[in-house]
Amino acid sequence: MRKLIALLAFSAVFGISHAQDKVLRIVPHSNLAILYPIWTTAYMSRNHGYMIYDTLFGTDEKNNIKPQMVESWTESPDHRLWTFKLRKGLEFHDGKPVTSEDVVASLQRWGKRDAMGSALMTFVDRMDTPSADTFRIFLREACGFTLEALGKPSSNVPFIMPKRVADTDPFKQIDDYIGSGPYIFKRDEFKPGDKAVYLKNTKYVPRKEAPSGTTGGKNVYVDRVEWNLALRDAQAQVNALQKGEVDIIEALGFDFFEGAKKDSNIQIPKYSTVNLQYMARFNHLHKPFDNPKVRQAVMAAFDQKQFLQAQVGVKELYNTCASMFTCGTPYGSPAGSDIQSKSNMKKAQDLVKASGYDGTPIVVMKPTDLASIQKLPDVAAQLLRQAGFKVDLQAMDWQTLVGRRAKKDPTDKGGWNMFLTAWQGHDIWNPIANPTMDTRGEASGWFGWGKDDKLLALRAQFMRETDNAKKKKLADEIQSRAFEIGTHVPLGEYSQPMAARKNISGFFITNGNIYWNLRKN
Amino acid sequence: MFSFVARRILATVPVLLIVAVLVFLLLRLTPGDPAAILAGDAANTEQIARIREGLGLDRPILVQFGIWFGNLLQGNLGESFYYKTQVATLIGQRLEPTLSLAVLTICLAVMVAVPLGILAAWRFGGWLDRALMGFSVLGFSIPVFVLAYILIWLVSLKLGWLPVQGYQRIADGVGLWLYHLALPSITLSVLYIALIARVTRASVMEALGEDYIRTARAKGLPELRVLIHHGLANAAIPIVTVIGIGIALLIGGVVVTESVYAIPGLGRLTVDAVLARDFPTVQGLILFFSFVYVLVNLLVDLSYVILDPRIRY
Repeated sequence: MRKLIALLAFSAVFGISHAQDKVLRIVPHSNLAILYPIWTTAYMSRNHGYMIYDTLFGTDEKNNIKPQMVESWTESPDHRLWTFKLRKGLEFHDGKPVTSEDVVASLQRWGKRDAMGSALMTFVDRMDTPSADTFRIFLREACGFTLEALGKPSSNVPFIMPKRVADTDPFKQIDDYIGSGPYIFKRDEFKPGDKAVYLKNTKYVPRKEAPSGTTGGKNVYVDRVEWNLALRDAQAQVNALQKGEVDIIEALGFDFFEGAKKDSNIQIPKYSTVNLQYMARFNHLHKPFDNPKVRQAVMAAFDQKQFLQAQVGVKELYNTCASMFTCGTPYGSPAGSDIQSKSNMKKAQDLVKASGYDGTPIVVMKPTDLASIQKLPDVAAQLLRQAGFKVDLQAMDWQTLVGRRAKKDPTDKGGWNMFLTAWQGHDIWNPIANPTMDTRGEASGWFGWGKDDKLLALRAQFMRETDNAKKKKLADEIQSRAFEIGTHVPLGEYSQPMAARKNISGFFITNGNIYWNLRKN
Repeated sequence: MFSFVARRILATVPVLLIVAVLVFLLLRLTPGDPAAILAGDAANTEQIARIREGLGLDRPILVQFGIWFGNLLQGNLGESFYYKTQVATLIGQRLEPTLSLAVLTICLAVMVAVPLGILAAWRFGGWLDRALMGFSVLGFSIPVFVLAYILIWLVSLKLGWLPVQGYQRIADGVGLWLYHLALPSITLSVLYIALIARVTRASVMEALGEDYIRTARAKGLPELRVLIHHGLANAAIPIVTVIGIGIALLIGGVVVTESVYAIPGLGRLTVDAVLARDFPTVQGLILFFSFVYVLVNLLVDLSYVILDPRIRY
């Protein structure tokens, strides 16, 4: 009896929660604020989406598109009619079956928000649902990226939602987080800036194949996953991992990489073969970067190694990459890159003189609060000065930069000339996904507003090409043209290390932040 | 007394009104676009414009102010742009950690600082006084995050006594709550111990020089009684004032401590809201902090009546 009282008292005082559950405690790379992954392109929302939603197709570790919710599909000989059959056992978290109507509504909503989805929808004549497990896409003309779009692994991912959710205005956020994915979102335990909780979806039927990228069996071996959204100080994250208070740090700071490698309780799992890429983006609307010769001079001056050494610093985590499409993916190639990869500062200085640069100061925006890219602008400013440019390096927080880069005004009215950023590999790996290849000038979607009709025509050809070899050739031509006109400057690639306790197993090549197949011993 | 309280409460209205107008205008003058932040890195200009429209940010500032102020008059602080949650709910969620940290820190600081201050004043110029003054300089000088990292390294990582990070609600168990808050409270209390001890020492020293202390000693009262009943009681007003300011400052946000120890409190919420240009949340928080300042000041003023019977309102 005394023991029982003592146990009860201990429980009351110290609290025992989820003691019997296997809880995977993860520190994500950022805060989770927006729970609707179609509304925003934020990676945290995308990762949340992968927890609770499922996809029709996925991209495996070798960047091949593989079926996920789809069991089988056919393509008509003229490539204009696609018929998809859903696999059996698909069920939403509320117990209702996933039907082809849910799929069509979800694709329509996604097609109104995502760049690649919008591009696909320009080809789509209509979609229909001949039966509950079958849907068809009728195209006006052959489209060379139908499956790539449906299986795209990064923002915005075409997640499948219930029709009632997908039918709402695509520019409004949702408050119904029912999916059919391997985890169920615990809405009542979600505290923005504190924690997000996911429970194992015991009714989820995984595919039989081994997990690979965003494809294969999404097996869940823990009862509960907790994202620690409050733990954002890099040193505090490492302290918590060392002490075993968390299991995984999604984005280990480069400064802590060597230390973590030496710690006997910590592992650095390999989870990605697709790197992130840094880039410098020009504002094509205003002087001096309205002149392609000036842009070429900058390309010649920007030696990737100097950016990588300053920003990453750990040799095994970075590599130079002469491609605008992520190296190691199907369209990664050095085509047309000589202007940057075979240049030096002398050549850059000569190009600046020959370009007719009139001494206009270049406004480079530097985010002071984003450790992952904050050193890049300093390197850029130094190299630009060495090449003969005048530079106005302006420090600001990232959110100010994000607001300011959307401005099309000249620099004396609050505009800008250059900013530097990083992309996850799958967001820039082909000419459709890569936003810098949209060269419609001010009509183009992404900041910088490059204009080039020849590149646009090549891109349109790429969209219509269904032969893979020809697509590859077209991608090379597109990239060569992009280097020729200087859409932007690729600044090399890096791998973002993840750190985990040694008792966590089951890591595989996800090329993203995905948390199925993991075991906690 | 009642009319004093009523007047003070009424006086808060124009204060909060001015704060509301200033915060609203300042936020609109700050560079940065909430819509661009919400849309994400790969969003295009059209998507950003649609989001801006959805948030009502494309409307004239006066119209935006009118809508916000109208809601405010009905007790509605609005909805967070960033979290799509009512600002009052967000503040409610974050209040407990911050309040817990503030109360624990102040309790710890008062329990340590007041006796130390009295002793230092009693033994003015002695080793204890000098040691306390030295500690005060250290307490004021050492940055909170440096102290936090030192304590984490020693207490958590080397000795393994306390957790490195995190917060547990009181509802999950008082022990667990204390277990998680001990280190952050100790870290924060160092500064407040230094501050309160110095003020206590100075006030008690001044009181000990008064005629009534000499009279009390001449009457043969025990020294402890002289110190507490006559010395401390007459020195209490500046001490209580400092404690009040300390509580207000602590509730107003201990950003660094909350960040280092991963405590999801109001300080962290404020930083996140400012960085995300989450106007309704920042406005709500600043108004809340202003209200707390006014309330704490009112309570401090009222406590003067108890501490000094000569004071009448």
